[in-house]
Amino acid sequence: MTAVDTNSVMVGSSTSTSTDSGIIGYLNAWLMTSDHKRIGQLMVIFAVIWTVIIAVVGTLLAVERIDATSALVDSTSMLQLFSLFRVGLIFGVMAPLMLGVAVAIVPMQIGAQALAFSRGALFGVYIWLFGMVIVGASYIGNGGPGGGDTQMVDLFMLGMGLVIAGLIIVGACIATTVLTARRPGMTLAQTPIFAWSALVTSVSLVLTLPVMAGALVYLAIDHSYERVAFGGNEGIADWIGWALTAPQIFLLAIPTMGILAQVVDTMSRGRQPIRGGLLIGIGIMSAALIGPVTQSSYSLQTESLAEVAKSLAPFLLFNVLPILGALIVLALCLLAIKKEKVELDAAFVPAFVGVGMVLTGMVGNAAQRINNFELANTVFEEAVLVYIGYGVVLSALGALAYFGPKLWGRTMPASQVIGLGLLGLLGVVLAALPYYIAGFAGQPASSASGFDYSGPTWLWNLVSAVGHAIFTLVVIAFIGLAVKSFRSGTIENDAVINSSLETATVN
Amino acid sequence: MNISANALNAGPQASARRQVLVLTGLLSAASAMLVGSMLAIWLQFRANAPLRTSSDGSKMLRDWLPTNTKIPEVATNTMMITIVITCIMAQWAIYSARRSDFKHTSLALSVVLLTEVALINAQLAVYLQMNIGIRDGSYMLMFYSVTATMLALIVFGMGFTLLTLFRSFAGRLGDRDLMSAHGLYWYSLAVIFAAMWFVVYVQK
Repeated sequence: MTAVDTNSVMVGSSTSTSTDSGIIGYLNAWLMTSDHKRIGQLMVIFAVIWTVIIAVVGTLLAVERIDATSALVDSTSMLQLFSLFRVGLIFGVMAPLMLGVAVAIVPMQIGAQALAFSRGALFGVYIWLFGMVIVGASYIGNGGPGGGDTQMVDLFMLGMGLVIAGLIIVGACIATTVLTARRPGMTLAQTPIFAWSALVTSVSLVLTLPVMAGALVYLAIDHSYERVAFGGNEGIADWIGWALTAPQIFLLAIPTMGILAQVVDTMSRGRQPIRGGLLIGIGIMSAALIGPVTQSSYSLQTESLAEVAKSLAPFLLFNVLPILGALIVLALCLLAIKKEKVELDAAFVPAFVGVGMVLTGMVGNAAQRINNFELANTVFEEAVLVYIGYGVVLSALGALAYFGPKLWGRTMPASQVIGLGLLGLLGVVLAALPYYIAGFAGQPASSASGFDYSGPTWLWNLVSAVGHAIFTLVVIAFIGLAVKSFRSGTIENDAVINSSLETATVN
Repeated sequence: MNISANALNAGPQASARRQVLVLTGLLSAASAMLVGSMLAIWLQFRANAPLRTSSDGSKMLRDWLPTNTKIPEVATNTMMITIVITCIMAQWAIYSARRSDFKHTSLALSVVLLTEVALINAQLAVYLQMNIGIRDGSYMLMFYSVTATMLALIVFGMGFTLLTLFRSFAGRLGDRDLMSAHGLYWYSLAVIFAAMWFVVYVQK
């Protein structure tokens, strides 16, 4: 692992405050901290809470669809739940999980004394959190895209604006740290691979989220006044829908590659044969950012040869090229494992499984964008999101198991981390795979009742509900395990070996 | 919880390399993407506007800019010139600060502040002279959205100038990172404004 401790320098005053002033001082030390480890942990904690909420919503949505002829929840609420699942998974789970881990770890990896503009980053975390609370409240009050309550829809757009602003600020702080605060002598090419992936993701978010913000400004003003130009509340999903699907969500999955490569880097003692290839692979994935900035998704039109020729290049660029990047990273990781006699790190399992799920989702996205398959507006799209979103969560759990000892000084039990990783794999596959099948059968997206198609409709939805439920339990179990381990687990005794900066440089 | 009891000691002190400048560059890029996306939607709406016959009946026009709406070109062109002047003054401040010239740095930043007030004043004058309601149609709604976003970026820049000016008054001329970042922000804002000026005020 490539990390140095910056905590002793940055939180000395905060720690003393906590012991001096009891609970108030303790809270103050956490909530007003400028220590990047604590800021990152705050973001991860809130994101994990959102993960549990979203996984429960996913379970509810699948349960509701088991019997397509009856409805437990009224149709208006169902639409809001579908929207909440998508928005929450992307902006409440994927983005903050990855950025939170990066905030906590990246400064240590590059030998920086602190996160650049750490108070700004803390401000960003609070803006994001406040925005997500507002978004959640607006959904409860029948807001959100297509919502029936005018004021709540306005509140939704305000909340989304805050969420975007918060993520941009945090992303800008991470990118600035990597670009300006590397230890003397460390070039960008020598940057630890996770820090590199965090840089790529951060810059990508700084460039793409403002595009969504621009659309939101129009939507908010239109909704407040005229409600004609942008279609009022019904138009929201049309105008910001591109930000809630691929290739935008690929950008949030980039750090999963960095986490896996970092774990493998330690397992192979930094002897990655083609380290530059990892940087290139991760860089290639960021090609996806060109898609979102055009505010569109790109499909392969197969009606005629001319249509194919016209749509092939953008289809390959935005949907297939990121897969190539992910495959390069995966192949190089496996090559390093094969070449060196490695000892399995427990964090490898959730990290590897997470990348596998992300890759499955990316391949599914490419298939979904081929018009001939007629998968648009089916549950196939939801399955793609679940594969990528839950894959990111699994990867983040791997990151916590891997980097946790550097944050808390204690390790997690390997067998339980591996077990939860494999159980998480089962949960994701059960939650998403049935909807790949149901998508081909024509089960409509964002619809809980009134659909029928040949095949065991109830079975796919039941299996998916079980998968979501398993995943929810995995996340909760991991939280319990992490809290127990990091409070009273085995003390990390090879910190010097695993934390040496040498592994950050090319061997 | 024994935080980092077994972790390594802090690494060697790394010199922060122009952190404010890099952060400003990133946020300037974000601002460019924000306004750029709004202009892209503006152009999309304009391209999709229905066709109508011109008043003399000789050609077909896009029914985008309402016929009774006049854009005050003197004020908008003055804004474009003013923002260029702002950039020159910001560069003057950087030049003076490098030579530890307190008087000229403060003077240059004060002029920057003045031009920013002029920009806001000009924008308000444009609103008053156009006298259109935000509810009157798509064009009006989008016009106010784009220009108000630009105005917000200018107001943010004004805060940036005030911060730089206060630090200059406090004698911290050695903080060239901040001064350069201030200049970079205004250069990028000038480019963003130029794009908006061309699309909204020139091409309409």
